[in-house]
Amino acid sequence: MSPAPLLSVHDLKVHFDIGRHGLLGGHRHVLKAVDGISFDLRPGETLGLVGESGCGKSTLGRAILRLLPLRGGRTMWLGQDLARLDAERMRGLRREMQIIFQDPLASLNPRMTVGQIIAEPLITHQPNLKTAEVKNRVKAMMAKVGLLPNQINRYPHEFSGGQCQRIGIARAIINEPKLIVCDEPVSALDVSIQAQIVNLLMDLQAEMGLSLIFISHNLAVVRHISHRVMVLYLGKVMEIADRDSLYANPLHPYTQALNSAVPVPDPDIERAKQRLVLTGDLPSPLNPPSGCPFRTRCPKATGICADVMPPLESVGRDHMVACHHAGPISG
Amino acid sequence: MTTPVLQVSDLTTTFWTPEGDVHAVSDVSFHIDRGETLGIVGESGSGKSQIFMSVMGLLARNGRASGSVRVTGEEILGVPLNRLNQVRGARMSMIFQDPMTSLNPYLTVRRQMTEVLMTHRGMNESAAAKAAIDMLDRVQIPEAGRRIGMYPHEFSGGMRQRVMIAMALLCGPELLIADEPTTALDVTVQAQILDLLMQLKRDTGMAIALITHDLGVIAGLADRVMVMYGGRVVEEASARDTFKRPQHPYTEGLLKSMPRLDEHGVKRLETIGGQPPNLQDLPGGCTFHPRCRYAVARCAVERPLLRQTDTGRAKACHLDHLGDVA
Repeated sequence: MSPAPLLSVHDLKVHFDIGRHGLLGGHRHVLKAVDGISFDLRPGETLGLVGESGCGKSTLGRAILRLLPLRGGRTMWLGQDLARLDAERMRGLRREMQIIFQDPLASLNPRMTVGQIIAEPLITHQPNLKTAEVKNRVKAMMAKVGLLPNQINRYPHEFSGGQCQRIGIARAIINEPKLIVCDEPVSALDVSIQAQIVNLLMDLQAEMGLSLIFISHNLAVVRHISHRVMVLYLGKVMEIADRDSLYANPLHPYTQALNSAVPVPDPDIERAKQRLVLTGDLPSPLNPPSGCPFRTRCPKATGICADVMPPLESVGRDHMVACHHAGPISG
Repeated sequence: MTTPVLQVSDLTTTFWTPEGDVHAVSDVSFHIDRGETLGIVGESGSGKSQIFMSVMGLLARNGRASGSVRVTGEEILGVPLNRLNQVRGARMSMIFQDPMTSLNPYLTVRRQMTEVLMTHRGMNESAAAKAAIDMLDRVQIPEAGRRIGMYPHEFSGGMRQRVMIAMALLCGPELLIADEPTTALDVTVQAQILDLLMQLKRDTGMAIALITHDLGVIAGLADRVMVMYGGRVVEEASARDTFKRPQHPYTEGLLKSMPRLDEHGVKRLETIGGQPPNLQDLPGGCTFHPRCRYAVARCAVERPLLRQTDTGRAKACHLDHLGDVA
């Protein structure tokens, strides 16, 4: 029996109203950024979200934290429905859910010192803490994420990208949250620094029992850090599975194409590889294809794919796929 | 010996800033042979792009390059602009990371492409348009005849990069400089562009300088690899040797710190400690020594020169073998 989920998302929808175009009012354009996504997140687990631009991975991350209004669906946090909480109780819960962003420098206030930035969430949620105690905790947190505590009075621009990301992480964990949404946390960093941040997140997770939602377009990083991975395409889940099944035995044609598209740093493998190259570009999310959104680029697509969106179905332990023609690559 | 397509010798590129001079590129020498693809790898600030901005004469106004740049034997560093304009676009051309900022948003693709041929080849408008459509066909843009009349914003990111490539190839250059050509693209579209570059490399026999931070991209395309750190070349070797038997601690560190999609099991990623170097305040001795796990006392005081270690390979490191020092 697996433990009760920390977070349970059911049929989540986030739609953006793009307004009217054309003369005489035209018709309303609705962008369905997240369109009916369901999943569970267990305590201490890392769920990777992968997909290309416009697939809704960042929107989903923000919607889970209620940073965006939902069009439909439910988010249950340890059994309670987040939508039913009043503002005050929601604020209390925010201690337990945090987010870190892609551009570490842009997400830090340039006019605040590192100490102030890291202390802010602590002071917000525990206004009665003594100044000395706040300072001690901030210094302890800086040491924990690999920053020198004597840099507490410096400003963000004095730090490199990797160090700024450490500041963002310190700010996120100072209230000892249960969940951190990591939105492309290493994408802006150099390769040698990426590894430092990935290791830091994995260490913190082991130490604090954090659950992570790790959003990235870099499949290799996602594979390394995640326990389970969810593949999105135009706002819908294509496949979700434990890490090893998803990479060793992908059943959705899109997952297969994604895996095969990632270049591997080995000239022998890379040159011998028979790449599964998709034709065409991502369709506009404003006007997605009928039925399965992937069908316009799918090598296996048939008539039914244009008519019916395939349901997400269980195909094995912890492995679900939404495809009429799901199957191993050779099939 | 045939003349290499590109021969760069002792190139130093300096930017003047209010805080003092910044040496983006220091004493860099290398060549690219005909039909060869040279991969240039390095992190931000390593100088990999500025080498080629110097080669193309595209440095920002506060930048100055010295040394020598020869294109098929002809010196082009410091030549008058009209001479330089005859070389770039025709014998060598460059494509960039973000095609939207490199294409003119006010002009149709047709206008931008025919201009190249009319300037360099003296073609008339209709012949140029025909050649341009052929080239768009060649980079696999569907309905090239119709789409050539469109503006850059009407193309998707991947299609725009194809337009850029087509434009760069119009005059049949001997050298294509590709600066992070797929970095802004989604991974499935990146695969399409890499396929296209591989195909063009095979069919046209042109040389390619492929600048990227992505070692995976280099692995598929490059014949030879040059690794940059802090404005200098630290290692140069065949693609196979670079990936299978790196000799410089930085190259080794980079390869080990990359998680790989084809690797099973959770190992802890090896990291390169510290932060990337600050070009305004480079460490003395070997630029990499503060982050190097093999560093010895000598590394802090004496800068290692790029020296040949084997046929066709060189490194800038005092150590003969990695693992010499624990």
